[in-house]
Amino acid sequence: MQFDSFSDFLTMGGHGVYVWTVYGIALLVLSALVITPLRRDRRFFVEQSMLLRRDRTVDRKTTDIDSE
Amino acid sequence: MGSPRWYYQISGQWLPWIAIVTVSLLVVGSIWGLAIAPMDFRQGNSYRIIYIHVPSVFVAMSGYMVMAIAAAITLIWKMKLAEVVMKCCAPIGAGMTFIALLSGSLWGKPTWGTYWVWDARLTSVLILFFLYLGVIALYEAFEDNISASKACAILSLVGSVNIPIIHWSVEWWNSLHQPATLKLTEESTMHPDMLYPLLIMIAGLYCLFALLLLLHTRSEILVRERGTKWVKELIAAK
Repeated sequence: MQFDSFSDFLTMGGHGVYVWTVYGIALLVLSALVITPLRRDRRFFVEQSMLLRRDRTVDRKTTDIDSE
Repeated sequence: MGSPRWYYQISGQWLPWIAIVTVSLLVVGSIWGLAIAPMDFRQGNSYRIIYIHVPSVFVAMSGYMVMAIAAAITLIWKMKLAEVVMKCCAPIGAGMTFIALLSGSLWGKPTWGTYWVWDARLTSVLILFFLYLGVIALYEAFEDNISASKACAILSLVGSVNIPIIHWSVEWWNSLHQPATLKLTEESTMHPDMLYPLLIMIAGLYCLFALLLLLHTRSEILVRERGTKWVKELIAAK
């Protein structure tokens, strides 16, 4: 451990602001890059399964009408 | 082999393993770099930014090369998968380049006394950032995928001249930027206590690039292949 106390670790001899901002923004940007495709996938599956279900109901309705 | 379906299945098996390796490397590397590595006797603690800066620059440049190679394959063989890889490299590379520029700038303030100078190294990396943004914007500007990929592939290939310029900029022109700390051909000038966490962070960010590329390409493939039987089966199974 290079620091005597936790507040030492945060201030880093006056350089804390720069170091922590860099780590914070890097974490933010990288998490955004991870989350974007995951959210897109979830939306895709929700939308497509709704479409699939609708298509099936439409199919069933048309067969109902046909049989009447 | 090489079909979108095959790729989707095999990458799905790799995904959790790459994720575990990536997270472990980045967590270990960050803690080591932030708290355990010794302080630099000239730069103080500000040098700890190196553990973000150098890895992000490496990945930003390698990511561009991946994009340019995928662009060449797209133009020559019109391979679907290469086209998807090329498209997905752009946002990931843009993010990495943004981190590289920002971390460099925030490192420059305490060490050089300024956030930015218009010298060759910094300017060529800024151009790299604009090239990535250019590919994203150009892709969106076209209605159909085929013309969009062709235009983006040409832009990626032309822009690849920037990569050697970035690499040798500190040797060709006078620069505030320090020369490379890591060299493949020579022994590193860095002390092992500082070097090991850096190597771990570089490995970690490369793994993260692979992970991100898998996530983005898989997502893109699903959308493109939504009309096919195998994607419909996936949707039905959810």
